[in-house]
Amino acid sequence: MSIKMFEGFKFTRLSTPLHNLDPRAKFFLTIGFFAIALLFQNLYALLAVFLVQLPLVVVARSTRRWLRSMKGGALLAVLIFVMNFITGTTFAFSLSMTIRFLALISSFSIFFMTTSPDDLGLALESMKVPYTLCFTFTTAVRLVPTMAVDAQTVVDAQRSRGLEVDKGNLLKRVRNYVPILIPLIVNAIRRSVELAEALESRAFGSTEKRESLITLKMRPSDYLTILATIVFVTAAVYVNLYIQLPTLDIPIKMPHIWPWAS
Amino acid sequence: MIKTETLHFAYPTGDDVLKGITLEIGDSEFVAIMGENGAGKTTLIKHFNGLHKPTKGHVLVDDVDTRKRSVASISRDVGLVFQNPDHQLFCETVREEVAFSLRNFGYEPETIERRTKNILETLDLSQYADSSPFTLSGGERKRVALASVLVWNPKHVVLDEPTIGQDYQQKDRLRNFILQLVSQRKTVIIVTHDIEFVAECKPRVILLSKGSIVADGPARKILTDERLLDECSLVRPQISSLMSSLNDLGLGQDIIDVYTARASILEAFRRVK
Amino acid sequence: MNTRLAAVEVRDLTFTYVGSLKPSISDLNFSIDKGQFVVLTGPSGCGKTSVCRCLNGLIPHFYSGELQGDVVVCGLSIREKPTSELSRKVGFVFQNPENQLFSLSVERDIAFGPENLGLPRAETRERVEWALEATGISSLRYRAPYELSGGQQQRAAISAVLAMKPEVMVLDEPTSFLDPKSAVEILKVVHDLNKRLGITIVLVEHRLDLASQYADRVLIMDKGKMILDGEPSDVYDERSRLIGVGIPRITFLAQLLQKDGFPFSKIPLTVEEASAALRRTLRP
Repeated sequence: MSIKMFEGFKFTRLSTPLHNLDPRAKFFLTIGFFAIALLFQNLYALLAVFLVQLPLVVVARSTRRWLRSMKGGALLAVLIFVMNFITGTTFAFSLSMTIRFLALISSFSIFFMTTSPDDLGLALESMKVPYTLCFTFTTAVRLVPTMAVDAQTVVDAQRSRGLEVDKGNLLKRVRNYVPILIPLIVNAIRRSVELAEALESRAFGSTEKRESLITLKMRPSDYLTILATIVFVTAAVYVNLYIQLPTLDIPIKMPHIWPWAS
Repeated sequence: MIKTETLHFAYPTGDDVLKGITLEIGDSEFVAIMGENGAGKTTLIKHFNGLHKPTKGHVLVDDVDTRKRSVASISRDVGLVFQNPDHQLFCETVREEVAFSLRNFGYEPETIERRTKNILETLDLSQYADSSPFTLSGGERKRVALASVLVWNPKHVVLDEPTIGQDYQQKDRLRNFILQLVSQRKTVIIVTHDIEFVAECKPRVILLSKGSIVADGPARKILTDERLLDECSLVRPQISSLMSSLNDLGLGQDIIDVYTARASILEAFRRVK
Repeated sequence: MNTRLAAVEVRDLTFTYVGSLKPSISDLNFSIDKGQFVVLTGPSGCGKTSVCRCLNGLIPHFYSGELQGDVVVCGLSIREKPTSELSRKVGFVFQNPENQLFSLSVERDIAFGPENLGLPRAETRERVEWALEATGISSLRYRAPYELSGGQQQRAAISAVLAMKPEVMVLDEPTSFLDPKSAVEILKVVHDLNKRLGITIVLVEHRLDLASQYADRVLIMDKGKMILDGEPSDVYDERSRLIGVGIPRITFLAQLLQKDGFPFSKIPLTVEEASAALRRTLRP
């Protein structure tokens, strides 16, 4: 699990049907996936929720980056599986929980990869969130890749002075983070001060009423996306309540050596 | 000696940043690596202490391939001073900051104390020994960063953009200090796009453009070549432009510093009188 | 001094940052006329940046401390007016292009200032177009600032400040991080804004070889005080060299030659001037 995992959540500017959707429609879609994933416990249903996202990833031309976020989540996924299994639930159930986790990560990954922080800010603004809050949010998101570059530079600089980050016992390794964290934090503060100066100099926060140059406009494809989401969520609720789904019966269970196993 | 053989380097996400660089920098040479922003200068020097390993080709420091040594090990011989001192300062006092590398390299406490004291004196920082590096001015922080690398006396010293943000006096002091290092038989490599600074120092100049070497020679040859400089988003030193505009008057053409220009002009003046 | 013409008036200005023992700038008294191109220089730590901060109200509103005296820009006192109001008259371009551009497209960054002023969308749109045109970066409008070169970024920063339609523009070492070619271009842009739009320019620079040709006036500071103030050719003499200011090499050469007996009617500031003067003497 390296820093590369975060590439699965980083926005890249492309022109794909998914990128060009209104952020609010996309967010609605993501919430739809979220809801459906939480709704089901059935393995096949959850697998469907997960697999349905794959064509979206391909359409968004973000397959490689999406795989990185999946790789990053793999460790946690395995942990979830293990935790579920050793507390005595069935193999199928543990697998379901793992798939659910991956489906959730995946849906958010797709959202962040296809939505620019600026558009996110505009979406928040249109939902009447106070402007200063929106700006704080988008600036924070925008600064993440910058800070990542800074972090790498700091590590390089300290390694050039003989710091060996991978050597030594646990205590030494933790102490080795001090020469990396402090310059990072100091730089972040310096950056913030420079940013604040620039903001002040452009009259930030001086008026309550603010008209943005660019406004978000919902287009037919956006309404269609929202409609589709509503349809799918409804269908999911229906299936969950009224339809008996096939289940996976693998007779593997945690041996009864654990006191809390049922 | 620092040598590269058809060095190629590409970041995992992209194309080649360095496209087959072959160069040789001998011991005690003074070299300026110049080129436009994005030409690959910083990427190249990160190979000199092993931070980057080539995707193709070789980098040899004192005849040992950098792939065979760790960064910490190569750093003992190649000291790299980064452009922005704020990417490395973290200690409570300047003294500790300078001693940091010596501790990493496993020096004895008495040696650490002695060397720290010496380098602080050499770089005129003794009065700040117990101050916090964060309270110092930009120029002073740059000197602390320099001290913290020179303290372990590396054979080869690499400075990344040492003149950015410095005023004329500071650059003058830096120039004298670099020349002092050269006279101490250290290899000094600077990455810069400060033409006037290079014109005053007169090192060997390696010009990089879009990942390849486009020129390699003495400063007075390279800094007077208009076409080359233009290709690399560089501008001729004023003195060179002046001499070139008067080239029909029989004045020397590969002059880049004030005093040589003055001599040449006075000579021409005497001939006219 | 005709006050109606003064864009900037500095009276007995002294400022000590909070936590500092001594003032960063003391007893400054000068004015800048509307439309002047002033270069402010001096060794590191001389107080140039502090002076700049006083011009748009960052001192005393953002940087607290003890302020004595006053600065009046375009009729507004920095003591009485907040930065948000002062920034309508005085634009500030910072050294590092990275931290003054924060949007994902150049046009949104340029729109930022007018949006903050609460302007209607149509007017913001108009100003954005105008500002893009003024610095010649219309083709970059949809590009992300972080994708641009340093020179392009600074042009975008200048446009962003221009969109607020200031009367005075303060630029604090805008060429520091730029390669030589971009540095030349940026100063040409600033000169153009001064000549064509009449914007008063206060440019803090070390690269006097690039900036001197555009300057009506050079102010040289040292240790918080104003030491020299005048036309470049008057000011670039022994005194400025003693302070440690890097005058253009051409000028220094000319001064040496003058001592050697070379006749110069006016000390040259540019290669062209020096070349012409030398040619006259060497081939009469």
